[in-house]
Amino acid sequence: MLPKWFDEWNSKNPTDIYKPAIIIGVIGGAVFVTALLVTWGQPFATDSLQTGPRGTGMKVAEFKSELAVPDPTIADYYTDEPFIPEAGEDLAGDIYENVQVLGDLTDANFNRLMNAMTQWVAPEQGCAYCHAGADDGNYADDDLYTKVVARNMIQMTQSINENWDGHVNANAEVGVNCYTCHRGQNVPSEIWFQIHPVNESTGGWASVQNRTTSQSQFTSLPSDALYSYLLNYEQIAVHDLDSRVDTQPGDPTWQDTERTFSLMNYFSNSLGRNCVFCHNSRAFYDPAQHTPQWGTAMLGISMVQELNNDWLVPLKDVYPAERLGPIHADAPKAACKTCHKGYQRPLQGLNVIANWPELAQSGPPEYE
Amino acid sequence: MPEYYNIFTQVQVQGPAEMGTDNENNMAEERTTGTSFSTLVGWIGNAQLGPIYLGFFGVISLATGTLWLNIIGFNMLSQVGWNIPEFIRQLFWLALEPPSPEYGLSMPPLNDGGWYIISSFFLLISVMSWWARSYFLAEQHKMGKHIAWAFLAAIWLFLVLGLFRPVLMGSWSEAVPYGIFPHLDWTTAFSIRYGNLYYNPFHCLSIVFLYGSVLLFAMHGATILAVTRFGGDRELEQIYDRGTASERAGLFWRWTMGFNATMEGIHRWAWWFAVLTPITGGIGILLTGTVVDNWFLWAVEHNFAPDYIEDYGYEAYTTYEGFIGQGEGN
Repeated sequence: MLPKWFDEWNSKNPTDIYKPAIIIGVIGGAVFVTALLVTWGQPFATDSLQTGPRGTGMKVAEFKSELAVPDPTIADYYTDEPFIPEAGEDLAGDIYENVQVLGDLTDANFNRLMNAMTQWVAPEQGCAYCHAGADDGNYADDDLYTKVVARNMIQMTQSINENWDGHVNANAEVGVNCYTCHRGQNVPSEIWFQIHPVNESTGGWASVQNRTTSQSQFTSLPSDALYSYLLNYEQIAVHDLDSRVDTQPGDPTWQDTERTFSLMNYFSNSLGRNCVFCHNSRAFYDPAQHTPQWGTAMLGISMVQELNNDWLVPLKDVYPAERLGPIHADAPKAACKTCHKGYQRPLQGLNVIANWPELAQSGPPEYE
Repeated sequence: MPEYYNIFTQVQVQGPAEMGTDNENNMAEERTTGTSFSTLVGWIGNAQLGPIYLGFFGVISLATGTLWLNIIGFNMLSQVGWNIPEFIRQLFWLALEPPSPEYGLSMPPLNDGGWYIISSFFLLISVMSWWARSYFLAEQHKMGKHIAWAFLAAIWLFLVLGLFRPVLMGSWSEAVPYGIFPHLDWTTAFSIRYGNLYYNPFHCLSIVFLYGSVLLFAMHGATILAVTRFGGDRELEQIYDRGTASERAGLFWRWTMGFNATMEGIHRWAWWFAVLTPITGGIGILLTGTVVDNWFLWAVEHNFAPDYIEDYGYEAYTTYEGFIGQGEGN
């Protein structure tokens, strides 16, 4: 195939072409990759949020590409400036029938809030989602369960903003309104129901775990952590705080630790953060090694316990069957992710209360 | 020469079967007579399969071990309502769990740890029978009992986890679940419950011996493969008649680190490192919850947990708005 003179020359001059080929290939490849990285940049660049002293590994890492995308529900948020009431204006309680909670609002502000609630909770169904006679101009009836629930939820929202200021305004004025949970949906995402026992033919400790469920965060950890800790007021206990054994009745077992671990996984996924956002993982319990966010989260636990027990569970008999839990027909309940939706701050810290003094407290609204 | 870098054995012997010796213990009497050769097996070990000797303890061990495994499997299957696809889908999540804490050391109901206790009983018989088999076979072969004692070191850790520690703690619920992910959950929860097992000095020792075993295994395996071309793989001959392979291997390590093991001594190193891994680990587990309840606080008391004086919380270092790219900071 090749000319004869070349074959002869080639057989007389044996040369190892593999060694230089490998060397040139390796160096050339390295140069090529380096050139790509220098000119195009690191394709999976990360940024990190330092949460504790250097040397402890306390940080939250995120892809820059994901940090660059804001929470998509922020763009759909509807808000409107309040109308400052003038002296002598008629109030909604006087104008309309059966206004039990928002009677202190002026007509303009009452309708402004009703319109906003429609945008936040039932943008497709409109007024008729809660007011059965809306098309005939009848807004007073309580015929629909949605209206009864909505009234309770307005009161709950006022209670959160009024009594849980330390959690919902922990870093800056943020507050909550209907949109914090609903995000334009009739039923908020990330609500939860009791799902345990999850295993058949079992009892006790064996019956509540070892299944891929949303509440175990798809691990084999217990699926009753939200039920135990955020509804049933069970004490979150993980360690014995003595170095030597001095066992007291009620000291935590490793089963308590494992159930807590399940709850902590839920916390992490609810906020898109990790263990070391609140804890120094070498000593989870030690208050001297907690971040300030641990305190905010502790308030959040108490808040969710109250929301579930005082507001959400009592509505069980108001709901139609299709709104109840699929296994135990229990009322839908809230927890961290119902508001946070995977973000450190719901709606990434958007202030949703500044425009809505009507929802900020249980008494008559105070306009600035 | 590149064959020495291959993970598979390049040369395998397949000829008339080696039937083994029949000494005054009449060992051949109880062995099967059939043998076969497998090229596939020969890539990894000896190509010859058989003759096999199970004996009394082997049969007991296999029978009880099978019962243990089947009790676990059928419990898992019943947990998913006898649904085979679900059983396969959830296999790594499912487990046979120890009893709930309230039953202490009493016999719990079958569906809350009872089957666990029964299956563990069979596992105990199975493991101990296999140990007895390793002991008596060595005796009949007139070998040392090194393998049996090494196995017993692993059994020590197994017994600490499933028998000694639960008894000392007064509850079978302290035992480890039988399941792929659930036993890892137990491990994590156990460490966190007792204040971080990394501060347990026996855990440290166990890790040292475990990683040390890995290092020694790699060094020894590499050394022998490297001098196989000089006959180094005939380790036994090299022990009593040191040849150029041993000389070169020893010289390599003396030049590298000033010291070398001997052809015999390296195996004592490896044996002790391997055996000390579960022995020290077992001591560490046995002390946890029975003597020490919070290893981090224990470490603080003994001045080997360092203090960090810098601030906790991201506000000391950056801002949330900066981190999400919507403001100053970070």
